[in-house]
Amino acid sequence: MAHAQESNTKRIWIVFGILSIITLVEVYLGIIKPEALHLHGPGTSWLNWIFIILTLAKAYGIAWVFMHLEGEKKWFRRSIVWSAVFLIIYLVTLLLIEGGYLYDTLSPLVNW
Amino acid sequence: MEANIAVPTDKKETWGGGGARPFGASYGKMMMWFFILSDALTFSGFLAAYGLTRFKFIDSWPIADEVFTHVPFVHGDYPMIYVAIMTFILIFSSVTMVLAVDAGHQMKKNKVAWYMFATIIGGIIFVGSQAWEWNTFINGTYGAVKTTDGKVLQFVKDGKQIALADFVTGDRTDALETHNRTNGLWWESGETVSTYSVDQVVNAYKANPAIQVRTELIDLDKKQKTILSREKGAAELAKAKLVVEGANLEVNEYGNTIFADFFFFITGFHGFHVLSGIVINIIIFFNVILGTYERRGHYEMVEKVGLYWHFVDLVWVFVFTFFYLV
Repeated sequence: MAHAQESNTKRIWIVFGILSIITLVEVYLGIIKPEALHLHGPGTSWLNWIFIILTLAKAYGIAWVFMHLEGEKKWFRRSIVWSAVFLIIYLVTLLLIEGGYLYDTLSPLVNW
Repeated sequence: MEANIAVPTDKKETWGGGGARPFGASYGKMMMWFFILSDALTFSGFLAAYGLTRFKFIDSWPIADEVFTHVPFVHGDYPMIYVAIMTFILIFSSVTMVLAVDAGHQMKKNKVAWYMFATIIGGIIFVGSQAWEWNTFINGTYGAVKTTDGKVLQFVKDGKQIALADFVTGDRTDALETHNRTNGLWWESGETVSTYSVDQVVNAYKANPAIQVRTELIDLDKKQKTILSREKGAAELAKAKLVVEGANLEVNEYGNTIFADFFFFITGFHGFHVLSGIVINIIIFFNVILGTYERRGHYEMVEKVGLYWHFVDLVWVFVFTFFYLV
């Protein structure tokens, strides 16, 4: 809290504006679902990739500015962010691969 | 005792690490961060499990736009709108929280109190909205039929889903009624009896050629649910065993039961976090008003609950994406 006296009000409102715009874009795309983005794309649809990237951008804004990670000591920040990012990527990768495997194995048995 | 304790115990703040500040962060703030880290992993576990299950049923998962279409006090189909409003409310309460922290740095007691108050109000509105979402989800909108092989059949007219009440007429022919405390044994209640019986629904379908059956199967080229021909629909309906209205942990009218289970667990777990956040915020709010932090000389406590509150917002950002958007 070395910089205790200064006020960041303006920056906070700017970040709020950015987060709001991102949310609006997400909702707009989620409602209109443009076919070119919704029906094509690598792995999942382009639209889903856009949502995921925008979500990560929002998470960055919240964590860095609102939770003030940007002001913490570098290795304190890394002990939190790197741990979370590594473990989450690890977990999600394994579970999604398993989910795909379950689909490949079980869906031929379902009689639609 | 002395030999086992690394930090001298005669100081007042020993419980807080005795003033040691590794990485320039106080004990409380650091522990709040590590708690948030572990809590983030818990939520990741939930969302990753949701992802696994969704991948497992990728060709029949309910389409969120068709499930969450309601806005309070407004009739009609507005997919996504209300969740978007909830997201705004939560982000905004995050902003007032960070403004409270900012005011705390400048030792402006009144400003901190007002911003904390706004944060609490935002949190209460959010939890209320979530309760409303649950209520809508549990009561359902359209109603559906479940078959003996566990599929959920919905009904459409001109390609749009319609409610059972829109084409099934009359009361239950078998005169069954839900046994509750007021019309039966007062100390117990029975299973819910649906508004219509299976036979009634099937007969109404046969009588009205405009109605078609929609299955859970997703046409992966169009990303829409498959609508069956009249004949195939009748064949599927022959296997009907249950009329489903709304959702619970065992059955739901939107499709896969486990979709409802994840909805209740993930949004419920998040809602519980918001609720506890509100309670903690209220405690801190009163401490601010009583001047506790003014006397302490710093508002770091506001900063710590702020971290928790932002975390709740952060989680919602992910829940919003993976439950409602993707």
